[in-house]
Amino acid sequence: MSSVLAGVLQLLALVVALGLAYRPLGDYMARTYSSTKHLRVEKWIYRAIGANPATEMRWPAYLRGVLAFSAVSVLFLYLLQRVQGVLPGSLGFSSIDPDQAFNTAASFVANTNWQSYYGEQAMGHVVQTGGLAVQNFVSAAVGMAVAVALVRGFARSRTGELGNFWADLVRGTVRILLPLSVIGAIVLVACGAIQNFAGIHEVGQFLGGSQQWNGGAVASQEAIKELGTNGGGYFNANSAHPFENPTPLSNLFEIFLILVIPFALTRTFGTMVGSVKQGYAILATMAAIWIGFTGLMMWTEFAHHGPAFDLAGGAMEGKETRFGVGGSSIFAVATTLTSTGAVNSFHSSFTGFGGGITMLGMQLGEIAPGGTGSGLYGMLIMAIIAVFIAGLMVGRTPEYLGKKIGSREIKLAASYILITPALVLCFTAAAMALPTPGNSMTNSGPHGFSEILYAYTSAANNNGSAFAGLNADTQWFNTTIGLAMLLGRFLPMVFVLVLAGALAAQRPVPETAGTLRTHKPLFTGLLVGTIMIVTGLTYFPALALGPLAEGLAS
Amino acid sequence: MNNSVGNTARLLGAGLRALLVLTVLCGVLYPLAVTGVAQGLFPGKANGSELTRNGKVVGSSLIGQRYDLPLKDGQDTPEPDLKWFQPRPSNGLGTNSVNTQYELILSGATNRSGDNEDLIQWVKDAKAAVVKDNSTPGYRVMPQDVPPDAVTSSGSGLDPHISPEYAELQVHRVAEKNNLDVKQVEKLVDDNTDGRVLGFMGEPRVNVLQLNVALKELVG
Repeated sequence: MSSVLAGVLQLLALVVALGLAYRPLGDYMARTYSSTKHLRVEKWIYRAIGANPATEMRWPAYLRGVLAFSAVSVLFLYLLQRVQGVLPGSLGFSSIDPDQAFNTAASFVANTNWQSYYGEQAMGHVVQTGGLAVQNFVSAAVGMAVAVALVRGFARSRTGELGNFWADLVRGTVRILLPLSVIGAIVLVACGAIQNFAGIHEVGQFLGGSQQWNGGAVASQEAIKELGTNGGGYFNANSAHPFENPTPLSNLFEIFLILVIPFALTRTFGTMVGSVKQGYAILATMAAIWIGFTGLMMWTEFAHHGPAFDLAGGAMEGKETRFGVGGSSIFAVATTLTSTGAVNSFHSSFTGFGGGITMLGMQLGEIAPGGTGSGLYGMLIMAIIAVFIAGLMVGRTPEYLGKKIGSREIKLAASYILITPALVLCFTAAAMALPTPGNSMTNSGPHGFSEILYAYTSAANNNGSAFAGLNADTQWFNTTIGLAMLLGRFLPMVFVLVLAGALAAQRPVPETAGTLRTHKPLFTGLLVGTIMIVTGLTYFPALALGPLAEGLAS
Repeated sequence: MNNSVGNTARLLGAGLRALLVLTVLCGVLYPLAVTGVAQGLFPGKANGSELTRNGKVVGSSLIGQRYDLPLKDGQDTPEPDLKWFQPRPSNGLGTNSVNTQYELILSGATNRSGDNEDLIQWVKDAKAAVVKDNSTPGYRVMPQDVPPDAVTSSGSGLDPHISPEYAELQVHRVAEKNNLDVKQVEKLVDDNTDGRVLGFMGEPRVNVLQLNVALKELVG
């Protein structure tokens, strides 16, 4: 069997596996967020928080909950790193410097998991397992909560109530992320991922001497890292490290974990708004972009244009033998079309066009299928824009799912899609214009520019992967990337929740002959086109200077 | 004013309590439970898939290592010990520079782009070395026969595998250096080649450590 065919079959296997999980998981999540019953452990948690899960919140209260919880999380994670040096179970690692601790705290709370540190030489058991991995759970649960609040905005009328933030946070964690992570972690250990609390130990070698390793709760962190579309690796090499991703099977399984919740949430959405067909239309949009991007990535990576790759006879630089070009291409697209940012191969050493595809994937806003929760609300915002554009064409007030998209709604949606491009382009321009940030580049020319463009694209879209040649552990990058991650995560959430409140307060508009059929393939086509045009117009000039210039030169 | 300060404080307090409770659940109970199950069901794998030979640990079957001659005076980089099968280059692998009380290996890639001068030179040098090292009196390696994995560094720098093509390329050299029959070494490579999982996942590969352990047993 050829490597290309094997790559295509792996993609097909993923489609089948995701298809099998779609209905049961999507329906289960819809039940979870609609249920009025509480598990015993949830009741204990609510008592500890001092919150009544039955209290309905309007958008300001919901938003205050999101922001308060996240602010406390940033502070807690920052302090935990700052005192690491005196904590037990830290393997003798010292405390993290203030700028890097801020960057890392912002990164994990914002579901980004950008890492300017090397996992195996900086973070001990306590910070990794008790700090970073906890944010892998709760930052994902916050994203899902905000998505569900927006879905309730569509589903409810004449109220303005969006549910209870604490209940959504706790249920997302306890009923969805935890059980799936337990299963995922055990599967990964069965493949060979490590799971222990060993300290730093010597392992003998074949020709004598020894290697030094730190043990760790790797499999348990790996599972939620993928499932929560977080992406922060236990080790520097992330999911390319054999202890994180030991076999071709674990590789495909990790890609499955990355994609399963974001795709299934479209079913949850369809169920909650009372029309699963609406969910299918969103699903079709996401799937079309995902499969298209994966096809393009395989094509360019197998063709391997570029001087060094031509010389080597294949684009295997930065890729592991066990995954090959196929398994690496599928992973790279899945991780950048979601907000994951885990890598099983190093994007900086992809072909010029391949690197461009990873960047474009993030610049779409990570909506195909996107991060846990953030993918769904990002895609629904694009759907509102698409409906609005269709409305302009025929000259009538647009509506979506029985809600009018008036000037207030469209202003909020437009603000949402302006935030990340503004952050990415302004910070990139500043870094290029200032004298010192450029010193962090490993490569020169278009690829050097790509390293910086990639860094801010990854940060503002909460991805976290890198063209890792960039030495990002400087005060400039730690600070500006930290800010880009926080603003890129929480400003859009503000607009989403305000929008959700506005939608929930509306009275439903009856469907007429003039209503755009948003569950039909025509709408899916319109939505794909809208996404491509909005992103293309925004980022084309910047992409032309980096990956396009590199790709065309080779 | 006082009221809003009080409300904010109450809200942050609720956030902190939520975080602490969820930390106990996700940051303590969850990893401990998974560790318990993992250590109970798959102790070997959970502890790093260590490979032992004659009661001595010789490494992990998941982690690549170097098979080099001892460093001579005046050398910066050791020469490969051509008696043994050689792994992929690992130019991206680093050493610990922060916490210097340990000599931890730092995993990582080179992150060089396809048009990077360093990478082009590394590939050229590696290719020349592979051709030179593996050509024996009766067997000439041509540059176009060298597979890409033989001249590129992996993502982790710890790739435990090479492609079957690269292993076959090394067979004549290894046979010569160890005074073995080529057929015997070929069989060894065949025995240690893993196909794709279920026929389509990943790529065919040879585990270098397992292959060298088998070779050592053959040599005696």
